[in-house]
Amino acid sequence: MPINEEGAAFKPLIVAFCCNWCSYAGADLAGSSRLNYPVNVKVIRVPCSCRVNPLFILRAFQRGADGVIMCGCHPGDCHYTSGNYFARRRMALLFSMLDYLGIERGRTRVEWVSAAEGAKFANTMNQFAETISALGECRRLEDIRCVESEI
Amino acid sequence: MQKIGVFVCWCGSNIAATVDVEAVAQASLSEPGVVFSTNYQYMCSEGGQSAIRNAIAEHGLTGIVVCACSPRMHEATFRKTAAVAGLNPYMVEIANIREQCSWIHRDKEEGTKKAIILARAAVAKLNRNVPLIAGESQVIKRALVIGGGIAGIQTALDVADAGYEVDIVEKTPTIGGKMAMLDKTFPTLDCAACILTPKMVDASAHEKISLFTYSEVESVSGFVGNFTVNIRKKARGVNSDLCTGCGVCIEKCPSKKAKSEFNQGLCNRSAIYIPFAQAIPNVPVIDRESCIKFQTGKCGVCEKVCTAKAIDYAQEDEIITRQYGAIVLATGFKPISLESYDEFQYNQCPDVITSLEFERICNAAGPTKGKVLRPSDHEPPKTVVFVQCVGSRATVECGKTYCSKICCMYTAKHAMLLREKYPDTEVYVFYIDVRTPGKSFDEFYRRAVEEYGVHYIKGMVGKVAEEDGRLIVQGSDLIADKQVIIEADMVVLAAAIEPDPTARSLGTMFTASMDTNDFFTEAHPKLRPVESPTAGIYLSGLCQGPKDIPDTVAQAGAAASKVIGLLSKDKLVGNPCVAACNEPLCNGCSTCELVCPYGAITYEEHLVVDHGVRETRRVSCVNEAICQGCGACTVTCPSGAMDLKGFTNLQIMAEVDAICR
Amino acid sequence: MRRVRDMMRSRAGELLKDGAVTRVLGWKSGEFYYDPTPSFFDTEESLDELVYNGFSAAMLSKYLIEATKKEGRVLVFLKPCDTYSFNHLLKEHKVDREKTYVIGVGCGGMLDIEKLRALGVKGIESMEELGENLVIHTLYGDKKFARGDVLLEKCATCKGLEHKASDELAVPDELWEWETSDRFARVSELEGMTSGERFAFWRGELSRCIRCNACRNACPVCSCNKCVFDNPRSGVIAKANADTFEENMFHIIRAFHVAGRCTDCGECSRVCPQNIPLHLLNRKFIKDINAFYGEYQSGESVDGKSPLTEFRTGDVEPGIVHERGGA
Repeated sequence: MPINEEGAAFKPLIVAFCCNWCSYAGADLAGSSRLNYPVNVKVIRVPCSCRVNPLFILRAFQRGADGVIMCGCHPGDCHYTSGNYFARRRMALLFSMLDYLGIERGRTRVEWVSAAEGAKFANTMNQFAETISALGECRRLEDIRCVESEI
Repeated sequence: MQKIGVFVCWCGSNIAATVDVEAVAQASLSEPGVVFSTNYQYMCSEGGQSAIRNAIAEHGLTGIVVCACSPRMHEATFRKTAAVAGLNPYMVEIANIREQCSWIHRDKEEGTKKAIILARAAVAKLNRNVPLIAGESQVIKRALVIGGGIAGIQTALDVADAGYEVDIVEKTPTIGGKMAMLDKTFPTLDCAACILTPKMVDASAHEKISLFTYSEVESVSGFVGNFTVNIRKKARGVNSDLCTGCGVCIEKCPSKKAKSEFNQGLCNRSAIYIPFAQAIPNVPVIDRESCIKFQTGKCGVCEKVCTAKAIDYAQEDEIITRQYGAIVLATGFKPISLESYDEFQYNQCPDVITSLEFERICNAAGPTKGKVLRPSDHEPPKTVVFVQCVGSRATVECGKTYCSKICCMYTAKHAMLLREKYPDTEVYVFYIDVRTPGKSFDEFYRRAVEEYGVHYIKGMVGKVAEEDGRLIVQGSDLIADKQVIIEADMVVLAAAIEPDPTARSLGTMFTASMDTNDFFTEAHPKLRPVESPTAGIYLSGLCQGPKDIPDTVAQAGAAASKVIGLLSKDKLVGNPCVAACNEPLCNGCSTCELVCPYGAITYEEHLVVDHGVRETRRVSCVNEAICQGCGACTVTCPSGAMDLKGFTNLQIMAEVDAICR
Repeated sequence: MRRVRDMMRSRAGELLKDGAVTRVLGWKSGEFYYDPTPSFFDTEESLDELVYNGFSAAMLSKYLIEATKKEGRVLVFLKPCDTYSFNHLLKEHKVDREKTYVIGVGCGGMLDIEKLRALGVKGIESMEELGENLVIHTLYGDKKFARGDVLLEKCATCKGLEHKASDELAVPDELWEWETSDRFARVSELEGMTSGERFAFWRGELSRCIRCNACRNACPVCSCNKCVFDNPRSGVIAKANADTFEENMFHIIRAFHVAGRCTDCGECSRVCPQNIPLHLLNRKFIKDINAFYGEYQSGESVDGKSPLTEFRTGDVEPGIVHERGGA
């Protein structure tokens, strides 16, 4: 297991964008089912996966995230009927591009999590954290100037 | 600068056991804008809420962050609390430190750390919040139903009975739709006309219902609660106000060579006609294509014989503009064209007919007065073969991939009716599967097999060929695993059904989305099955997907109840978390319009002031009454002109920054 | 190519004379022989300065955005590949078709001055373009080349010689046609590297960026009234270049913003003073789009949705793309 500067086990920082209607509810269900997943997974609520701008993902990497995951309703179940279909295309292309630029593909992920899939949410986060732990810290897109600055 | 209060909930021990709530409250004080923080056992209780209200008043807070359970649980509660204290309800953010923190982490130190970060993210977002005010719009208390079949009639009756005005626009000269063409209805075998025509009369007699037959929707503008629709009333050539419906014109008309649409072309009708005896309105229409007067200028018999002076050759199409609060699409279906099914010889042999043609042949008011006779020689058939799934569940190009749903049942009905009327007739049914999921449906099918002795053969028909006046049907029997050849006198094809072709242009006009088969899509396939994704547009009947009469009527009623729910409101309060365009940044490129599932985006020429330059530009405009706030447009916009209120780019990025700090 | 130029001059003269157009957008001699510069011509006499040769690579489509805001009709000369960008601009309502008159000009492939320099060419005075043969007259004597050896990258991988939009054509029969190579070859090569190697490659390339914005200015798709990178409120950090981060971000976002819209005109790489192969970013998107969602060429027509504004319910899942290692 990679060790960070202080000698503690490396705990990857993961930003999870979750749509309000399915995945965020799925994350809530993981909570009410008391299912454990790593503490460094932080969820950002968006109305729909189609609200996730590639800028947000780049921003997370820029600010030191080690992995970014986008969760939305299963295809066909979007609250807004088609949002996740657009998001699926955008993320397929963006993540392929990040891989092409040398950001390991294990660091980005798209997962469809329904409001009933608390267990899937927790499992996904556990697996994702494991994958990223193996990859280590992500410095490739990080902006060292940004550590304490504000817009 | 905001003045933010942070309220940390213990949720009894639910949060407090794994999160040091005091530490979270303390830590948040060092976040920008935070002027007050506290913690309380149950924030959602009256005690907690009054603590919030007091703090808002005492510290002049401009926004609050509540660190508690999921926003899906109590966001609405705390928004109300804020509103009571005079704060804009959208100046509230929730940090979910229960479901997404205390309940999933066991280590108190780690849990506290995470809770502090979640609170920090909520504060960071709140610092970029602005008060949002939901827009209000009037509701015009009248509904438009497009399509006058059983679906449209039922929806109109239900809405009208609730006391609202309803207009029905029907493109053919009469209401009644496809159901009026049917003979008997499964599974009870009551006569379609007996149950439909009273409803048609009810609709025409209802004081709240106006019928626009022989009319089509020309254009539409507006949005939920406020649609303006132009209806083209096609010229009948007959003044409806004067016509008494005596029928003399029809009788005397010398041009009697037009194919009767109502009878599926199995017999002829005159140029001036009513589709069928119980048509509503009982006012004839002049079919200008076959009218001698219109074609050659010489004739005018109908005008001469009409004592009511109702014939008006000079009548022109009329455009009527009406306003509606809600619109119901009930455009129905038609059987597919069998042009590409040469293997069944439909176009070549008159005795190969569709099921709908068979309905007319069975019907006492039909071309054969209810006697089942072969179209070719008017002899009763001795052997009839029914072929199911013609174009349904197809894997070939020309067919439909879906199940048409009604064919299994009506074929059983036809087979049964035949055997009942003509016990000597041998009846065969070729099927892939027999699907009977409905109340009393399977019992009905079993009666056809067991009591009526209909021969069901599992397999498809490969070929129909005409030989010496008989039809040689070659098919496979999958159960006996052999080829079968049946010499038949008549073959009835259960043609797949598809949405009426007018649905597509209406779909475009109303931005009601459609699936690949041109069926209208629902706002949600399970939870909002009678609403279109476009607000204020509802779906009734077969235009949404194949269904039988009971399902159609049920759905028509459901659509009506949605319409009533809308029309019962005086004002619509919108969701203020909608997209908004920053005009100086907008390129007018139309990309956002393409991804909007609701048709909420239009383009207008606006005077834009950009860096002191004043110019007229094509810019995107969001109709807040239609926008549902998904945000698809915001990401597709390359210039960042489009943003989503309540979830702006800056708000979300502030959250990202706060989490990653 | 001279024949094309003569046709251009004479038709432009006629159209100006009879008032069908008020201005002509073409190229005139730049400071050096190898840099003909986009220019407007208002009078018949000024057309003597109109040049068109193997160095007239600069695409004129984008100049129409401002030109068509003015009164009058503009005559524009478009090479086959330029018409894609023209169509794209029409599609996004950036150019008013009514105010343009398009003469599609024949193209024999544009020349890469960098390749010529590498072959020792300097001090170019003039050039004879004879089909596949090229004779360059320089201060230091004549040099002969096979045209195919010194084409711009975007021409070596040419999309075809058919004009996708035009009111009339100026294409003589005798123009040279050439064999093209696979435009995705280099992208595939990069895809075959390890993640670390790719990162090293891009860091090497992008760290040379001086944020001069030439790529953005030349790009027919980058036509925002205001770029997110010029807008402090967009949340994207503005121009400052303390390290490679800014350049990474700029080029990734620029590539994403033009994804599904990029016509692959190659101008970004051609104009880059630091010779960064920026088109390899755009082509990665194009290659992925073709593989995931079916072949799509932006600018092929004015109508229709682009791959990122439509979807199919059965689209490939990003996770599957990951598993099989990209396109």
